[in-house]
Amino acid sequence: MISAPDVVAFTKEEEYEEEPYNEPALPEEYSVPLFPFANQGANPWSKLSGAKFSRDFILISEFSEQVGPQPLLTIPNDTKVFGTFDLNYFSLRIMSVDYQASFVGHPPGSAYPKLNFVEDSKVVLGDSKEGAFAYVHHLTLYDLEARGFVRPFCMAYISADQHKIMQQFQELSAEFSRASECLKTGNRKAFAGELEKKLKDLDYTRTVLHTETEIQKKANDKGFYSSQAIEKANELASVEKSIIEHQDLLKQIRSYPHRKLKGCDLCPGEMEHIQDQASQASTTSNPDESADTDLYTCRPAYTPKLIKAKSTKCFDKKLKTLEELCDTEYFTQTLTQLSHIEHMFRGDLCYLLTSQIDRALLKQQHITNFLFEDFVEVDDRMVEKQESIPSKPSQDRPPSRSLEECPIPKVLISVGSYKSSVESVLIKMEQELGDEEYKEVEVTELSSFDPQENLDYLDMDMKGSISSGESIEVLGTEKSTSVLSKSDSQASLTVPLSPQVVRSKAVSHRTISEDSIEVLSTCPSEALIPDDFKASYPSAINEEESYPDGNEGAIHFQASISPPELGETEEGSMENTPSQIDSCCIGKESDGQLVLPSSPAHTHSDEDGVVSSPPQRHRQKDQGFRVDFSMENASPSSRDDSCEGFPAYELDPSHLLANRDISKTSLDNYSDTTSYVSSVASTSSDRIPSAYPAGLSSDRHKKRAGQNALKFIRQYPFAHPAIYSLLSGRTLVVLGEDEAIVRKLVTALAIFVPSYGCYAKPVKHWASSPLHIMDFQKWKLIGLQRVASPAGAGTLHALSRYSRYTSILDLDNKTLRCPLYRGTLVPRLADHRTQIKRGSTYYLHVQSMLTQLCSKAFVYTFCHHLHLPTHDKETEELLASRQASFLKLTLGLVNEDVRVVQYLAELLKLHYMQESPGTSHPMLGFDYVPSFLYKI
Amino acid sequence: TRRISLQKSPLQTIGEEQTQNPYTELLVLKAHHDIVRFLVQLDDYRFASAGDDGIVVVWNAQTGEKLLELNGHTQKITAIITFPSLESCEEKNQLILTASADRTVIVWDSDTGRQVQRISCFQSTVKCLTVLQRLDVWLSGGNDLCVWNRKLDLLCKTSHLSDTGISALVEIPKNCVVAAVGKELIIFRLVAPTEGSLEWDILEIKHLLDHQDNILSLINVNDLSFVTGSHIGELIIWDALDWTMQAYERNFWDPSPQLDTQQEIKLCQKSNDISIHHFTCDEENVFAAVGRGLYVYNLHMKRVIACQKTAHDSSVLHIAKLPNRQLISCSEDGSVRIWELREKQQLAAEPVPTGFFNMWGFGRVNKQASQPVKKQQENATSCSLELIGDLIGHSSSVEMFLYFEDHGLVTCSADHLIILWKNGERESGLRSLRLFQKLEENGDLYLAV
Repeated sequence: MISAPDVVAFTKEEEYEEEPYNEPALPEEYSVPLFPFANQGANPWSKLSGAKFSRDFILISEFSEQVGPQPLLTIPNDTKVFGTFDLNYFSLRIMSVDYQASFVGHPPGSAYPKLNFVEDSKVVLGDSKEGAFAYVHHLTLYDLEARGFVRPFCMAYISADQHKIMQQFQELSAEFSRASECLKTGNRKAFAGELEKKLKDLDYTRTVLHTETEIQKKANDKGFYSSQAIEKANELASVEKSIIEHQDLLKQIRSYPHRKLKGCDLCPGEMEHIQDQASQASTTSNPDESADTDLYTCRPAYTPKLIKAKSTKCFDKKLKTLEELCDTEYFTQTLTQLSHIEHMFRGDLCYLLTSQIDRALLKQQHITNFLFEDFVEVDDRMVEKQESIPSKPSQDRPPSRSLEECPIPKVLISVGSYKSSVESVLIKMEQELGDEEYKEVEVTELSSFDPQENLDYLDMDMKGSISSGESIEVLGTEKSTSVLSKSDSQASLTVPLSPQVVRSKAVSHRTISEDSIEVLSTCPSEALIPDDFKASYPSAINEEESYPDGNEGAIHFQASISPPELGETEEGSMENTPSQIDSCCIGKESDGQLVLPSSPAHTHSDEDGVVSSPPQRHRQKDQGFRVDFSMENASPSSRDDSCEGFPAYELDPSHLLANRDISKTSLDNYSDTTSYVSSVASTSSDRIPSAYPAGLSSDRHKKRAGQNALKFIRQYPFAHPAIYSLLSGRTLVVLGEDEAIVRKLVTALAIFVPSYGCYAKPVKHWASSPLHIMDFQKWKLIGLQRVASPAGAGTLHALSRYSRYTSILDLDNKTLRCPLYRGTLVPRLADHRTQIKRGSTYYLHVQSMLTQLCSKAFVYTFCHHLHLPTHDKETEELLASRQASFLKLTLGLVNEDVRVVQYLAELLKLHYMQESPGTSHPMLGFDYVPSFLYKI
Repeated sequence: TRRISLQKSPLQTIGEEQTQNPYTELLVLKAHHDIVRFLVQLDDYRFASAGDDGIVVVWNAQTGEKLLELNGHTQKITAIITFPSLESCEEKNQLILTASADRTVIVWDSDTGRQVQRISCFQSTVKCLTVLQRLDVWLSGGNDLCVWNRKLDLLCKTSHLSDTGISALVEIPKNCVVAAVGKELIIFRLVAPTEGSLEWDILEIKHLLDHQDNILSLINVNDLSFVTGSHIGELIIWDALDWTMQAYERNFWDPSPQLDTQQEIKLCQKSNDISIHHFTCDEENVFAAVGRGLYVYNLHMKRVIACQKTAHDSSVLHIAKLPNRQLISCSEDGSVRIWELREKQQLAAEPVPTGFFNMWGFGRVNKQASQPVKKQQENATSCSLELIGDLIGHSSSVEMFLYFEDHGLVTCSADHLIILWKNGERESGLRSLRLFQKLEENGDLYLAV
């Protein structure tokens, strides 16, 4: 965690809702209207003013052919959440911006009805009257009984914070796409089933009719057909036609382009299946076929019914529910996904952004972050696994596919101006298509595209039109953003635009719709980010803006000092970019894929001499964001696990199995009154802002751990040597009679324990048998039971026998036996007079200090001349003295602090060289140093 | 504090600060599930371990990686030895020979772990194995002594020697071997095929009956002599050519008739305290593990020049001399101790431990034995064994250890574990070296111009 303590002001703990926010009195010139509703006297975090609902929620609505727009369900399904908010009204609003002409019918020149596999549309809209802003995701499901076989639905993420919607657009889009994909997959399955049933019915009907006709024929020997017979014949003919039509429909739904499933937006249930597919792809000649049969063959036996000639009117019957439409299993999965989304985007925007930035930055520290970060390694591995999958199927697509596949309605505009804008967009796209060179540039720019910038940018647009006074404002479609930027916000762009950007503007002229409904921003599909949208980001400018210098001093330090690290990062980004593109724009990346591998490589060679980190960081960061989503993909079960708190353990069952149990039980250490699991399970628990599945649990964990660590530091004057023991790899044994107390302290102190690079910290929360030499190699922090009985003598004997490997913190007698510590690092890390009061704040403080420490260890480890002789004749003594002076003078380490960095350096070396991390325990290193007994 | 007191011999201890102890890293190796009794070095970086669970494990001494597990014996392993490959035939791999209580000997390929051959025609458990490399044969000693060639043909064997069997076997010059059978030493001569006879033969040449009790240890000192030690503390140095005694010390155990019954009981309990479990030697000295103590016997002066009567809490099982005047000992008490042999100028004021062997005499001096010895000591330099470090790791008796010049020390123990002790500083340097090698391989190494 890189978060500096100064962002802590924005982190939220549950208390703040109660506490009145005391705004410090600022001089007039400094007071910037931060928040649009600030003048209403409320603090921005209390209850978002103007909104009639207490917090963000997800609404699913349908445009019913019978009753019109209607809300179906909300997540969380709790009336308190949306309060007096008018769901019906809002459903009407959000459904009315649906552009979709996902029209099934008889297109000219086609004999049979055609199903359109319509891409979802994504719209952002605002309703200033209601104080609600929403990301709206429209999708169409197939229903045999519905008009035109389609049922339009939409899922909306509704928030009072318009910035949140705008700034998290990419993430929302990715997450909702996944949910939508899940629904649609289930729907296709169900629809195919419906069709099969219907076909059986029709077949049966035909047989019946046929028999009847034959009977009539036989009965009728007059030589002419009765009107009855003619009617029957007509009926038979129409049944025949209907059979052909339905067969065709079935063929269509089955031939749903399977590669779409292989994209990144897979619903969880489908994932394993597809992964198998991908791995088989080389051997199986036609994976799509086999998948289809898998998906659609197994049907339970069905007894066909006779279909009456006159079908019932559609108003007479009840339409299928969403669950029926989508197959219960998929429906449940979707709901899980949606509640995951709800969890993920809970809380204040700045917290979301901070944690996103935090995670993105962490990705850069892939060499050191295993030491103190939770489960980062898991992510990386998951991503690596994931990467190979999405890129594969897309590569064998012809480059022009996206255009063929994305017909006119892809471009999203408000209903009124639909036609005209479509025309203009179409022209533009053709222009682009002819311009290969231009495309290349765009793609590179895309790779350094930062969602945050996107936001700033869209923000500017919004400001231009926010005063429109309409109840729902379309503040711009993405097709129009560049125009807006030119007309409304050009003044704010102080840096000259690059030629590409100017060019993109030139090609994308379009008038803004002047509808009563204004769409803030749209993205026509998960598959497509229109090119002018990508190109129009003045990324160079925004990079400057969004990364003030000096903000990440440590990073700069790393980047400039260690070229190897830099190279690694770049390589990483190179590898990752394709998947990143995949995840955000399926339709277009075919071009991107062709171009991308070359362009970052080019950058790489350019930057060999001059280190210019910002662009890389952005690429990295971008990758980081995507990475999280794709990780979700790769582990469909991770969400469930995250409820338990420690998803990582699932991934390495062979390793530290016992630890899993321990950690599970250790959860109790964080909870006060309610059981931990239940509080996570209930949606009304604390805001859990992290988009990270692990974050669900670790947030609370961190807070508790931080609090208890703070308590320990204040309570025990010998906290410093104890923490030094942990940091320098000397096992600390916490000895006590009371299990709860020992566990609590062990959990708190675990934040100081560097990991080996396995998935879990080397911490054993509670042991009751005598310790063994293996334990010291395995564990760096052990909670040990003190037993008064003779059996306990063995425990104590073992402790004294192995005393050279341990520091012993006796909780019952309040003593500590450990080596002397005279450094300056730990006092800064654990100052008993610290002003920090909150656990989570202290946790952040510790993490930021440790990150700093890691960077020192990194520099020390990877400095060539410190470890290898510069020439043959150099003696070991000279080398040793060079190391010592580097540690002391360059890194500013005092006395025992040197040991800490040396220990971390050893861990770094081992981790870097390990081909398969986590397979073995590292060696047990120790010093022959005297111990001292500390008492309170 | 380290002065040897005649009245009491407390266990010498060393504090937590051990500046001369180089072993600051350890790696616990776990593969066995019973007592690990034997360690044998295969080459510069590999060793094999064997013990009561009947399995043999081949390890990498550098990384601690388990390379091979050799399964074949059904009972505990009683002897293990390597049979080096011949220079002449290069295709042959190094062999490992293991004998077990299941009355078999298995020959393994140490590189592949393949079982080359299994010999199960033994009438008794083979307790010792030795290789006569010059003749390219190996010998197995149980109740009888068998001679085998590399192809595992039985060349010849002796008649039944004893029910207790051969406890130790060493090669001595002139195609002879010496076997310890109970209290006896038997010299055998091997007759290799000559132009006259094509048959191998093994002949009993001589029986040496000088030991009063069972012989526990037998090693070659040099080409000219070998040394034996018995359960009651007799140490005899023999001439390897004419099999005569060169030196004899048996004053370890001096059961004085004056002792009261209580003391006698104590004595009986302590009889194990003077049994000679193991020897090691260099050019000048024979080092003996006598009971809980360590003794250094100088071959030229023919006397003990240094000793630690209570080097460990219980019996010392194995000792080894390192090139740097260091002696390492391991013991039933679960510890390994590192000693340094230091020369010290004899001070007149300081009483020299009189008579090395009567130091067990509960404070009384055996006049007869000590008088001549004392005279010798007066104008000679004496040495001392200084404790410079101890290795605490095993929770039970440390059976044996193996020293690798480059990779440190390997210890095996009755707690089923093997521990690899390493010089942390050196390992750190090696890790850095490998780190930069890997960086270079990956093309990530940027050197400033």
